[in-house]
Amino acid sequence: MVTTLQDNSAQVVRGPATTAPPPPLRRKGPASRRNDTWVAWLLVTPAVLGFGVFFAYPMLRGVYLSFTDFHILSPPVWTGLENIRELLNDNRFWHSLGVTAYFVVLTVVLGIGVSLLTAVVLHRLGVGTTVRGLMILPFLISGVVTALVWTWMLDPQLGIVNQLITWVTGEPVMFFSSDAWAVPTLAALNVWKSMGYNAVLIFAGLQTIPATIYEAGRIDGASEFQMFRSLTLPLLRPILVMVVILNVINATQIFDIVQVSTKGGPADASLVLQMYIYDKAFGQFDFGYAATMSLALFLMLVAVTFTQMRMARAGESDTD
Amino acid sequence: MNLSMKLGRGVAWGYLVVVLLVTIFPFYWIVRTALSDNFAMSTDPSSLLPVHFTWGPFKRALGLATPAEAAAEGGSDAKIDLALALWNSIVYAGVLTLLTVVFSALAAYAFARLQWKGRELVFGVLLTALMVPSVFTLLPNFVLMKDLGLLNSFGGMILPGAFFSAFNIFFLRQFMLGLSNEVEEAAIIDGAGPLRVCFRIVLPMSVAPMATLTLLQFITTWNDYFWPLLVTNDESVRPLTLALAVFKQSSPQASLDWAGLMAATLVAALPMLLLFVVFGRRLVNSIGFTGIK
Repeated sequence: MVTTLQDNSAQVVRGPATTAPPPPLRRKGPASRRNDTWVAWLLVTPAVLGFGVFFAYPMLRGVYLSFTDFHILSPPVWTGLENIRELLNDNRFWHSLGVTAYFVVLTVVLGIGVSLLTAVVLHRLGVGTTVRGLMILPFLISGVVTALVWTWMLDPQLGIVNQLITWVTGEPVMFFSSDAWAVPTLAALNVWKSMGYNAVLIFAGLQTIPATIYEAGRIDGASEFQMFRSLTLPLLRPILVMVVILNVINATQIFDIVQVSTKGGPADASLVLQMYIYDKAFGQFDFGYAATMSLALFLMLVAVTFTQMRMARAGESDTD
Repeated sequence: MNLSMKLGRGVAWGYLVVVLLVTIFPFYWIVRTALSDNFAMSTDPSSLLPVHFTWGPFKRALGLATPAEAAAEGGSDAKIDLALALWNSIVYAGVLTLLTVVFSALAAYAFARLQWKGRELVFGVLLTALMVPSVFTLLPNFVLMKDLGLLNSFGGMILPGAFFSAFNIFFLRQFMLGLSNEVEEAAIIDGAGPLRVCFRIVLPMSVAPMATLTLLQFITTWNDYFWPLLVTNDESVRPLTLALAVFKQSSPQASLDWAGLMAATLVAALPMLLLFVVFGRRLVNSIGFTGIK
């Protein structure tokens, strides 16, 4: 999906669904081709309109608003680089950036680790679709529901998890209301929600690896772990890169779980960037500054994505 | 099979069981809590079965309990109009999904099966949308909806996502590129125009991937929180995700009606769980398929 962006459209055509040769040019008469063009534009009009009105225009407007003072009720006032100067000196912004980075790293490292292990176990044990189905259950429910049920299960007094912890250690863990635990807890929730989905994605990648490779490895006396390290991982690299990029993009924009459970607290300990942007825009009605922060977030995501694609390309040779 | 391999399989199975337990237990806990008496639960919080089994929480969640009944079981007076929120979610997710899949399929047909000048260019431009995170367009889209006077309406919730989805177009185009030409060519020889070919041949042949996208889009929209949070401001159009969050935030933290909240949560998640029961297999396969792309 996202990984295709670097390709030109001719390359995008490649893929499992397109193993059939591309359709040959049909209808060579000039009259019918004119007809095609007319119909084609008719068919893409809704999509092109939607793209222009609800994507391209808001995007350009977002860039413009980033350089204005805008409080919704009165028209935006151009202030040049004022917002950017404010951004550079805004400790809360840098703090929220750090919180977001911490959250993303925890989510991605923990999430991909567990998903990969789970996918490999599912694959090696030859477990059927039903088990994989159960794994994606959390993917079906909203971040709000996830946050609600875990807030309840991790409740310091009545939550079942803390009942267990208290029984073992004698005192409950303040999962959401302590500085040290808030972000790791949120990351764990996010991992819980996305793990099955990631595992199914990785599992699909594993299925494309021919079984004969493993048979050859076994004949050569390789252990299960050696085969994982020198066969599975390199062959899985393209899909792993894609899963990592998707997870980074999603985790960077985390909002619902945080807003429902901690609201960024305690004392900004879990103030992720999107929470701060929302607070600026709809708590303080500082839309111009909120737009500047969105722009910064966007540019950072672009940079991160391109770096990851670079790394993906560098590793392409060993997947052939 | 030697001993170490048996041991390895044992450990692997053990790991899998733990992962499954952690995945599924919260769903059981929602049910267990939703069938408990909220007062009694605080005296026996670690009971694995419902405490003082009762349908009360569901009655409160659906607004069927009298204030006296609610108070007796530790319900609060925080209200949630679940039926309305359910209806709003159905309209929001249903209409948006229907429109975006239909419009994406039409565009995908033009990109995959028709020859026209500018085709690759237009397709390439549309695909750039895959790169931009939604947060960047959501704030300006909010301002646009405000300018159009569409705040707090289904129009404002649905319009921005209804016409264009880069992923859906890309996904369907990939599928349509792989269709064989024979039937289509026969129809063209019989004198069918491109529109007829689209509606009579290519779209019917693309029902399976369209169903997959419908499913994925519906789930995403049903679970969406940020955009409805921006554009709605009262319960008249508020979907379930938002109604649940508001319900929790408007209840006093000390005496939160967890049983009622979990009952409401279950009602909110139920349509997704039903989809899962009916389409689970297709869902698993389609996630794998989108991944290989």
